[in-house]
Amino acid sequence: MAQMNLLQAINNALDTVMAENDRAVCFGEDVGHFGGVFRATSGLQDKYGKNRCFNTPLVEQGVIGFANGLAAQGSTPIAEIQFADYIFPAFDQIVNESAKFRYRSGNEFDVGKLTIRTPYGGGIAGGLYHSQSPEAYFAHTPGLKVVVPRNPYQAKGLLLASIRDDNPVVFFEPKRLYRASVGEVPEEDYQLPLGKAEVVQQGSDITLLAWGAQMEIVEKAAELASADDISCEIIDLRTILPWDIETVANSVTKTGRFVVSQEAPLTAGFASEIAATIQQECFLHLEAPIARVCGMDTPYPLALEKEYVADHLKIYEAIKNSMTY
Amino acid sequence: MFDVTLSFKVNKKEKAMNTDIYNESPVVHQPAFIDGHSVEIPILKILKQDGSIYENAIMPEIDQELATKTYKTLAFHRVLDERMVAAQRQGRISFYMAALGEEAASVGGAAGLKDQDMIMAQYREQGALMFRGFSLENFMNQMFSNEQDLGKGRQMPIHYGSNELNYMTISSPLGTQIPQAAGYAYGQKMQGLDAVTICYFGEGAASEGDFHAGLNMAAVHQSPVIFFCRNNGYAISTPSDEQYMGNGIASRGVGYGMKTLRIDGNDILAVIAAVQLAREYAVKEGKPVLIEAMSYRLGAHSTSDDPSGYRTREEEAKWQEHDPILRMKNWMLAQGWWDEAQETTLFEKLRDEVLAAVKVSEKIDKPPVEDLITDVYDQAPPLLQSQFEQLKEHIKKYPDAYPFTAGRIK
Repeated sequence: MAQMNLLQAINNALDTVMAENDRAVCFGEDVGHFGGVFRATSGLQDKYGKNRCFNTPLVEQGVIGFANGLAAQGSTPIAEIQFADYIFPAFDQIVNESAKFRYRSGNEFDVGKLTIRTPYGGGIAGGLYHSQSPEAYFAHTPGLKVVVPRNPYQAKGLLLASIRDDNPVVFFEPKRLYRASVGEVPEEDYQLPLGKAEVVQQGSDITLLAWGAQMEIVEKAAELASADDISCEIIDLRTILPWDIETVANSVTKTGRFVVSQEAPLTAGFASEIAATIQQECFLHLEAPIARVCGMDTPYPLALEKEYVADHLKIYEAIKNSMTY
Repeated sequence: MFDVTLSFKVNKKEKAMNTDIYNESPVVHQPAFIDGHSVEIPILKILKQDGSIYENAIMPEIDQELATKTYKTLAFHRVLDERMVAAQRQGRISFYMAALGEEAASVGGAAGLKDQDMIMAQYREQGALMFRGFSLENFMNQMFSNEQDLGKGRQMPIHYGSNELNYMTISSPLGTQIPQAAGYAYGQKMQGLDAVTICYFGEGAASEGDFHAGLNMAAVHQSPVIFFCRNNGYAISTPSDEQYMGNGIASRGVGYGMKTLRIDGNDILAVIAAVQLAREYAVKEGKPVLIEAMSYRLGAHSTSDDPSGYRTREEEAKWQEHDPILRMKNWMLAQGWWDEAQETTLFEKLRDEVLAAVKVSEKIDKPPVEDLITDVYDQAPPLLQSQFEQLKEHIKKYPDAYPFTAGRIK
């Protein structure tokens, strides 16, 4: 098995799809010869030609509109939005078009072959317009799937599954981990299931849930807790929409305590949706209130990023509070 | 069929132009504007209102068969619109949008295309779908949102769509189909198909960001799209002189480096000629074209508005004299391809058929409750399935409140 960072794993997945499917097309701002500002599409234009990997004009609504049309036509568009912070000009095309294409036509047409890749998240001194985690906006839209990988192995397997899934998928890539996260990734083709959470660490006292780059933070908090003899069960949600209620509910039923953490601001974040559902599913098993450890309800800061984020210490405190409730 | 690899290549000379264009411009040494209306745009007219042809006009490719089919489609369009506006007034359907006075744009557009070409319409182009052969029953079932509607009763009346007839299902948000057409046509070209995409929109929708995004994407990526603007003078109540300051929509084609032509939208022969020319160019060169058809929306925007609040009877009367259907009829009569007896018979038959179809479709059941959750995804996820089970239990508990579905729960 090869060692890859998260970008290389993404690049490898795209290469895999473009090699097997000559109707797969990658495009976005600076995606062509340059290979994207993070280099996720590096080398693909040389390998597959300018018709299948290309730069677009600087117009996000155009990129996704074009992608919707291509997908409806039967091609496999993999569109990149350079930063998730800049996805909003394309919000209408995603929420009103991609998500509703099949439903509104009675299945006469669909854009199931569409995948939108976009880097999200903070921790890179990117300030308010290079750090956002907008997954909850999209999770509120039936018809979309929303997927977030936590490491290179997950990124390749989940991206391949997203591209081949017959529904439009918004694939959020944790950009803080692009080069920081390195791991073993098979060269060969494999897929990881969408809509399935993964228990990454078994435990008995408390369930911790997160996704994407926040997984690493939660794991660090669990290590601190472990020194206090608190046994944490850690779950990676992986797919935000549709999410795996069963895996999370089973775990919380077992542990009786639950902390969910996200990078995005607290209010109306996806953690709130999870908390409401788990409260309903596991009410009689809960030993303490469900805790949400999230970003604060402010725009994403710059100089005070460290104070703002849902870091391992805040999660550790939430774990202890839950244990002693 | 054209060579895909070749047609995607950037023309060397054009490439050089892109970087050297400023050097090739005339140089001046005193500041001076160029005028915002400096591009002069001719308007193509072939057919006069009396049915005669302008001198030196070049006719589109049209024989008696195509002409008759086109005329019969126009007649069907007029009758269906008339009857369905009445049906809405009677409370039988919730909503309707007529295309009175501008039927030539949609019917002529389809007449200038081939069946394999994709039509991505805005909403007032039912004429193109009629030309393709969407049945009266299909129109009715969509408008009555019944269980035989291809769209499964999910969208308001007139949001038609048909995969079989290459007519993309209508979406209410304005202009979203414009960048989509650029992508759809790019895919057609990638596959090396002898096919283009026509994309309809109004002069109002051309103010949306998606218009600019879509035209630029199509121009840069060389998609064989025919962008067809129906400039009918009004966006609901807003006249075009409150919509833009430039020389119509056609002037923008020049800005995007796109072949552009403006036509008399009430002249069916000009519409067919323009679309035939545009199609030939788009397939051969693999590039987009912009057509601006000048017309007038003689009817209301929809059955939900009343034009007397924003324009005069005199203005409407002026445009009634440019009726595109009467114009084509006059030409058909002059050609000896049509006569008054045929006219009377056709219109009577169409009126009877439409009335009869209304009576059938309005009695067909609403879609089954299962259609609430199908097609959101390829398969309903577990949470949606459980919501559906809860709903069914609820309906069973209060059957009187849900009369359409209570007796049909499986």
